Amino acid sequence: MSMIEAAGVHVRFGDRVVLESVDLAVAEGEFHGVMGPNGAGKTTFFNVLTGRVKPDRGSIRLGGEDVTGLSPHRIAAKGIARSFQIMTLFDEFSARDNVMMGLPAFRARGLDMIRAAAGDRSLLDQASGALAAVGLADKADVRAKDLSYGDRRALEIAVALAQAPRVLCLDEPTSGLGSDGVQRLATLVAQLKGKLTIVAIEHDMEFLFSLADRISVIHWGQVVARGTPQELQRNEWVRRSNLGKFA
Amino acid sequence: MIVGSTTSSDAVRLVTPTMLLLWLVLATVPLWIARIGLYPYLGIEILIWALYALAFNLVLGTAGLPSFGHGAYFGIGAYAFGLCQFDIVANLWICLAAAALAAGVAGAIVALFISHRRGIYYAFMTIAFGQIFWTLSIKSHRVTGGEDGLLKIRRLPADFGVVSFDLTDNVAFYYFVLAVFAVGIVVLWRLVHSPYGRVIAAIKQSEVRAAHLGYNVWLYKASVFTLSAALSGFAGGLFAMAQLAAFPDVMSLHQSGYVVMMTLVGGGLVSFWGPVIGVLLFLTARDVIGAFTNAWMLYFGLLFMAIVLFRPEGIAGAIAAAMQQHSLNALRRRGSSAMRLLFGGGR
Repeated sequence: MSMIEAAGVHVRFGDRVVLESVDLAVAEGEFHGVMGPNGAGKTTFFNVLTGRVKPDRGSIRLGGEDVTGLSPHRIAAKGIARSFQIMTLFDEFSARDNVMMGLPAFRARGLDMIRAAAGDRSLLDQASGALAAVGLADKADVRAKDLSYGDRRALEIAVALAQAPRVLCLDEPTSGLGSDGVQRLATLVAQLKGKLTIVAIEHDMEFLFSLADRISVIHWGQVVARGTPQELQRNEWVRRSNLGKFA
Repeated sequence: MIVGSTTSSDAVRLVTPTMLLLWLVLATVPLWIARIGLYPYLGIEILIWALYALAFNLVLGTAGLPSFGHGAYFGIGAYAFGLCQFDIVANLWICLAAAALAAGVAGAIVALFISHRRGIYYAFMTIAFGQIFWTLSIKSHRVTGGEDGLLKIRRLPADFGVVSFDLTDNVAFYYFVLAVFAVGIVVLWRLVHSPYGRVIAAIKQSEVRAAHLGYNVWLYKASVFTLSAALSGFAGGLFAMAQLAAFPDVMSLHQSGYVVMMTLVGGGLVSFWGPVIGVLLFLTARDVIGAFTNAWMLYFGLLFMAIVLFRPEGIAGAIAAAMQQHSLNALRRRGSSAMRLLFGGGR
């Protein structure tokens, strides 16, 4: 059974068809890359997957359960975590507090008005663990807005990991990173591979082709090619397109 | 900085040294206020408005929701307190609970309609609902007394079963309001620094991120608005006792603007204590400048503009910045002393 199964997903904004009958299945533990030119509908597909956009037609299944059209908070609670192309952090909070917000144990206490939010040792330990996983252990007390660009990208992933997700959706995670940052991210993703299902939109072909188990190419709102990196390198459509230059 | 984000040791405390100092100072007010040319009733007003502004700041400062019609809930609380003692039972605790309940219910109804909005649309909706409540208070003569207001509200005794305190005297009532204010401070401090407060502060920074972390943003926005309205109504109940009446004026748009002004001038966007500072400054300015000119609001308005232009984080923010600068200077001084010790004096 697939961890994620999108079937016939169709989205239109006014007159414009953004996604047209997109079918995509991701197996449990798979790293699935999504690539395609700008404006192809990749982020919209992510938004459908994570509940930000309701599809006009089609369905999304998570571990066999229909989650089509559920609101983002309900989908997040079911185990889909995401990062954003344009970084979205709680800028005034420290790195640790950002991560803490993602912890399911903290979320369960969200309506607690009696206890103090700070000072819970088990939550602090969990948050520190997630920060250590992305190499931010020594920056736990730094406010998110004071972190470097690369560290902010890492923090986004730490927050998503803190959610203990079944599926991690990364929207252009290498965007804006230098070669060191990309290398650090690649090492982190390689460590996560197999432990959780990852879906990543990415323009860095080297990153994607070296890490992904399978890749889907979206163009004009449709999946025009899919397969393993090796299969895609032989794919006629990919070879003819700009994407083929990097594959 | 953001309200509710502090991870200092104070955040886990129920009562902080600042609170103790504030209560201590406030407890001495009746002893000296007349000597400086002011009067105990001003102290009562300041405490009640401070409680109201703190409740309001849950929405504006902590949650970042621009509510510009909050006077409605303060006024509803005042009317509910009076109506309860006239028509239901003349018991202080029940009538104060009725004030909070009535305002909370009104707030919950409004929250149902506005919590999916944000920014300017949210602000406009709060103004619109505030105006509706204000108009209703003027037009419902048989219930509210119309523009004349609800008169002859009594200061009910604080009955604790074994002992009962008469609150008709202003000094006695001041201490009662101070006790309520102290409890209110503790409750609000804990609320702001609880997991709930943290989520609210997070929603202020990014609704999208909070939703994708699994938080029901609508529910949090609706609940904080309702809570704020209920607490504002509670303060309104105290205000009815103070004034011995309830008038529609406190529900008007310009009176709603006062609490916004107090909160912003004081620094409610960056500090828990901002609203208290703002109320103190506003009401003192009203009486002190008002003694010289009727146009006191002109001067306060100029101060408001200056703060918005040059110190948008308000007085509390300016104090925090000055303290930060002071410790930075002290650090520099220590640094240069150490250099002199290492490398000798200037000669």
